[in-house]
Amino acid sequence: MLNVGKIEEGFVLDHIKAGKSMSIYKHLGLDKLDCTVAIIKNARSGKMGKKDILKVECDINTLNLDILGFLDHNITVNVVKNCEIVQKLPLSLPKEIKNVLKCKNPRCITSIEQELPHIFVLTDEAKEIYRCKYCEEKYGSKDSFKI
Amino acid sequence: MRHLMSPLDFSTEELDRLFTLAEDIEQNPARYAHACEGKKLATCFYEPSTRTRLSFESAMLNLGGSVLGFSDANSSSAAKGESVSDTIRVISCFADICAMRHPKEGAPMVAASRSSIPVINAGDGGHQHPTQTLTDLLTIRAIKKRLDNFTIGLCGDLKFGRTVHSLINALVRYENIHFVFISPEELTIPDYIIEMLREKNVSFQEVRKLEEVMPDLDILYMTRVQKERFFNEEDYVRLKDYYILDKEKMELAKPDMIVLHPLPRVNEISVEVDDDPRAVYFRQVQYGVYVRMALLLTLLGIEG
Repeated sequence: MLNVGKIEEGFVLDHIKAGKSMSIYKHLGLDKLDCTVAIIKNARSGKMGKKDILKVECDINTLNLDILGFLDHNITVNVVKNCEIVQKLPLSLPKEIKNVLKCKNPRCITSIEQELPHIFVLTDEAKEIYRCKYCEEKYGSKDSFKI
Repeated sequence: MRHLMSPLDFSTEELDRLFTLAEDIEQNPARYAHACEGKKLATCFYEPSTRTRLSFESAMLNLGGSVLGFSDANSSSAAKGESVSDTIRVISCFADICAMRHPKEGAPMVAASRSSIPVINAGDGGHQHPTQTLTDLLTIRAIKKRLDNFTIGLCGDLKFGRTVHSLINALVRYENIHFVFISPEELTIPDYIIEMLREKNVSFQEVRKLEEVMPDLDILYMTRVQKERFFNEEDYVRLKDYYILDKEKMELAKPDMIVLHPLPRVNEISVEVDDDPRAVYFRQVQYGVYVRMALLLTLLGIEG
């Protein structure tokens, strides 16, 4: 059994679908942050069989976790302070997501103008539907990892 | 600064004011003949669309303004690889308002976000063509004197027809509209529109035969089956003549029913129908100029 030490302040992202932790790492921009990150892959889970876990040692105000709601809202977000879990953050779908998905519509302006940010707007919260800001092509949040 | 990207950008109250202005322009054209003197309209057409471009240019010239622009991407800097964002910044220095047609969906929105002058979406791929919808609404309002309480039949290609989808989205904002969708099985209205109508509790029916619903209609909106939407010629040939509106079918209709068509037509409306006073599709083109005049004045902030 692998042991990873406690963090003093930061986040423990638990119940990440096995194998998806690197994708979460990238989307949260952790590669750009100067902080300690533990990536635990294929940990044993009673609920999921296998799961990934991310432990991020950082000031809890520096990390924007909105995107997790879109990527996988089954992830458990534990907020840690003084080595203790002080809060479990509920995840909801962000109103807008930027540069996470790429619009696949070949007729979309983003297909020819490289510098444009790929922005998707939440248009139907109940059905978890996002639409490209430019061409209104429809995307379900469940497609997120397929892209 | 205001732009026009989608027909839903304006509230129904704002549309009301726009149409009232358009109707005043129709009644008193001389009053507006110099309203845009000294103003320039840039028509940036990255793909050819003679009808829409000329309608915009005619609208600006009627208002005493002038026009400049290009009518296909090859004669613009886009051929050299310039982005829409850069082009609109340059055009902003040359003109006071811009009408943009682009084959890529969302291009006018990108232009609007970078522009220092109002931008009008004059059609972006299969996405939006708001001034066509405004034209359709003004035609109905000017002739029927209302935009509520009627039965409208939409006939032909309801699957790919962008003008039809836009018109439905615009009309559901008015009271007591009943939609009749007349199309072959292969070209039925998309599911998401049906879902939207159900959610909003708007009444509709779907039929295959035009004749059986003709007596019920207050408005018939005919569309062309577009060749460019088909991957195989055989399907197109089979479906293109599925509906032909002729004198015989017109006899089944109410005496005050009106026939609209976004044009160009191929053969879905027989030429013998043109002389029927209920065939208003050429008047519709004229209303297209009036509504574009009203739109130019509104976006430029010029009082009539």
